[in-house]
Amino acid sequence: MDNEQAVFFSRLLTELTLSFHIIYATIGVGIPLLIFIAQWMGIKKQDEHYILLARRWTRGFIITVAVGVVTGTAIGLQLNLLWPTFMELAGNVIALPLFMETFAFFFEAIFLGIYLYTWDRFEDQRKHMLLLIPVAIGASFSAVFITMVNAFMNAPQGFEFSNGDLINVQPIIAMFNPAMPTKVAHVLATAYMTSAFILAAIGAYRLLKGSNHDYHKKALLLTMKVGLVFSIAAAIIGDFSGKYLAEYQPEKLAALEWHFETEEAASLTLFGILENGEEVKYALKIPYALSILAHGDPNAEVIGLDQFPEDEIPPLYIHYLFITMVLIGMFAALLSSFYVLGNWLRRKFIFKRFFLWLIVVSGPLSMLAIEAGWWLAEVGRQPWVLRGLLKTKDAATTSGQVDLMLYLFILLYLVLGFASAFVLIRMFKHNPVEQELLDRQKERR
Amino acid sequence: MAYELIGISVLWVFLFGYIIVASIDFGAGFFNAYSVLTNKHHIISNIIQRYLSPVWEVTNVFLVFFFVGIVGFFPSTAYYYGTVLLVPASLSLVLLAIRGSYYAFSTYGQLKSKMWIYLYGFSGLLIPASLSIVLTISEGGFIKESANSISLNYAELFTSPLTWSIVVLSLASVLYISAVFLTWYANKAKDDEATALLRKYALIWSVPTMVTASGIIVELRSHNFEHFQNMLNLWWLFLISGMLFLATVRLLWQKGNYGVAFILLIGQFLVAFFGYGISHYPYLLYPFLTIEQGFTSEGMAVALIIAFLAGLCLLLPSLFLLLRLFLFNKNYVEGKYKG
Ligand code: HDD
Ligand code: HEM
Ligand code: HEM
Repeated sequence: MDNEQAVFFSRLLTELTLSFHIIYATIGVGIPLLIFIAQWMGIKKQDEHYILLARRWTRGFIITVAVGVVTGTAIGLQLNLLWPTFMELAGNVIALPLFMETFAFFFEAIFLGIYLYTWDRFEDQRKHMLLLIPVAIGASFSAVFITMVNAFMNAPQGFEFSNGDLINVQPIIAMFNPAMPTKVAHVLATAYMTSAFILAAIGAYRLLKGSNHDYHKKALLLTMKVGLVFSIAAAIIGDFSGKYLAEYQPEKLAALEWHFETEEAASLTLFGILENGEEVKYALKIPYALSILAHGDPNAEVIGLDQFPEDEIPPLYIHYLFITMVLIGMFAALLSSFYVLGNWLRRKFIFKRFFLWLIVVSGPLSMLAIEAGWWLAEVGRQPWVLRGLLKTKDAATTSGQVDLMLYLFILLYLVLGFASAFVLIRMFKHNPVEQELLDRQKERR
Repeated sequence: MAYELIGISVLWVFLFGYIIVASIDFGAGFFNAYSVLTNKHHIISNIIQRYLSPVWEVTNVFLVFFFVGIVGFFPSTAYYYGTVLLVPASLSLVLLAIRGSYYAFSTYGQLKSKMWIYLYGFSGLLIPASLSIVLTISEGGFIKESANSISLNYAELFTSPLTWSIVVLSLASVLYISAVFLTWYANKAKDDEATALLRKYALIWSVPTMVTASGIIVELRSHNFEHFQNMLNLWWLFLISGMLFLATVRLLWQKGNYGVAFILLIGQFLVAFFGYGISHYPYLLYPFLTIEQGFTSEGMAVALIIAFLAGLCLLLPSLFLLLRLFLFNKNYVEGKYKG
């Protein structure tokens, strides 16, 4: 295998592992928060339904955690195996948040172990609930720390190169790079949002399948409210991400917007397809909107692709990824606001079949938006691994067996993906809510 | 102490931690599968489940801590080990992934068929075998260096007696450590039948552990003479380790205090592990990379050490809580909570 092929297969394998891990990681970041809210409502309202909600979510969560943990371990080691040159450099400058991430993992793992096995050990249920706080903090902070690393790849700083040597390394400056605030906030908000819509989708599906139990209605209202809050937060922070890009990575913004010429009062391109390189067809142009997205000023100048050398422009297909992400965001925000409004005004439409079906699709769609968003961010950084410093093609391993490893991991992820789905479905089918509520009542007497 | 020594000591301690907790875990999975095979499942499966359930995820983090930490403190290891380990480390990863997730699926997801128990139990033995290859490689002699690349010489690696002795040692010690721990745990749970069975396993596996460990020292003489010399200079450490080993076996034999036996065993491995580590100094990868060459910048080293100390302040109380609620909680160990 020559070097070009090694790079190609390393890319594929990295993309595959990350795209797979991010599914479980996103759920892992978001669900503890929702379990916490449910348990808290249950204790506050003395409502058995919410407590059971927390219990059942936890049982599903532990399965996704397991896959998150093993795929996370895979990606952590794999980055070293596939991108040794990059990791050597990264280890010198951005190892600090990676290292701190392991403490977040410890924290989460320890308290999750305790939480799982102490449901009936405390007289005071609130004590048990408190155990979730470190789980949620640990999960969210692992996302914060790893996203800091990714932000550094987009806006590297905190060191100097001198004759090929790294000098003047300042780990804190590297951690708090300009890409960090918007990135961390957007990743967290979208993880909470996605988890909420996935749980909402399950509740809606149960209602569609004929259950009319209050339990599912309560679950739906709770998750839709959380979904509403975080989908709006995601859109607002997404807007700030655009402003960050305009300032620090204008080539990424220009590519995702198909903004070829530098101009003032730039319009935003929605939809459309690209023909013969630079011809945008069937697009919807919103005047001034790109200038507003980029600088908050309808007349501001937005840098176009004409300012960059040919070989430093990211692939233009990221526009489609961007549109996918934004549309799903808008859809989810609208859907959840209709639901919350409808519930408030006691309208019946929120339990109509077509509306419930929309909620069911919002779960998988949110996950799709996560994938689209990450692919946008990562492909939009190409050809660089470390923007402006190290190109992806110079960072890959020189090893000859990457293709075999790719097939091996494809197999692994197929097995894990199917098995986890199978186990989750079986777990909840064998033990329906109605039955479990009855069992618990009997136990109490 | 110089920063690089602090760094390597911290990592070595955590690697030791991983070896102990993971050995218990791997061994337990194996004994569990073996007991199904020999129809003794009813005797030990409860003990094993009760111990493993709350801690399996923590075990994995020890490993993650080690490899993230080593890239932080010694970034050049990412280049050297990352390049040559692609295949062996990927295989370990696949095994770890299968095993970890199927443990969770069968325990939490009620996937109770025997196939999962076998898969889980036997893959657990392949993991230490494949991970131990890293130690073999670090002795040098298996890496080819060409103009702009380095690669692993598989033929040499798989025909070397050193490789296979290290593999056998890793297997024997996994089963030995695990059996001694579980004997103690079963005894605490007042489960006499399980205690007797596990004590028998512990005694059986003590012999190959010692034999291969001594064999490796002899093989190093021809493979890496410098390392062998350094080990001889530390003969007193290995002597202490040997004495601790004899004391453990004696306690097991006489059905003495199993708690003390386990602590002595930890001592035995700790002393030998540090003896090995110190004699390996200063090489991270013989003869390519030493601790000084591979070390990160001073700014990063200080930041990592501060983060480590702050992290410990979080970690130690939490670990203590975990142990108190499960390992040292009489009611839990005796199975009085349904949880
Ligand atoms: C449910 C998922 C989701 C939704 C609904 C949105 N995003 Fe997003 N977006 C992500 C999930 C995501 C992400 C997966 O979290 C990304 C990938 C990398 C990152 O930092 O966040 C991301 C990246 C990302 C980037 C690139 C940042 C960079 O490369 O530094 C921009 C400009 C936006 N988003 C903008 C938006 C806007 C204007 C939205 C309006 C609704 C929006 N996103 C909704
Ligand atoms: C948060 C930490 C992350 C880090 C440190 C990271 C690291 C990397 C590295 C080193 C590369 C260069 C190799 C390559 O081009 O394939 C890369 C590219 C890529 N990553 Fe990430 N990644 C992160 C998150 C993600 C996530 C969550 C996803 C997907 C869901 C993702 C998707 C991709 C894709 C699609 C590429 C390929 C771009 C291309 O080659 O055209 N990344 N990433
Ligand atoms: C390239 C980047 C990444 C690396 C190196 C990485 C590494 C890891 C590792 C090693 C684990 C297992 C920890 C354990 O043993 O307990 C893990 C799990 C996890 N990762 Fe990642 N990860 C990456 C990307 C991400 C991203 C982008 C996110 C979040 C947005 C994320 C969030 C998590 C979470 C929350 C867990 C815990 C498992 C769970 O609770 O489900 N990771 N990750």
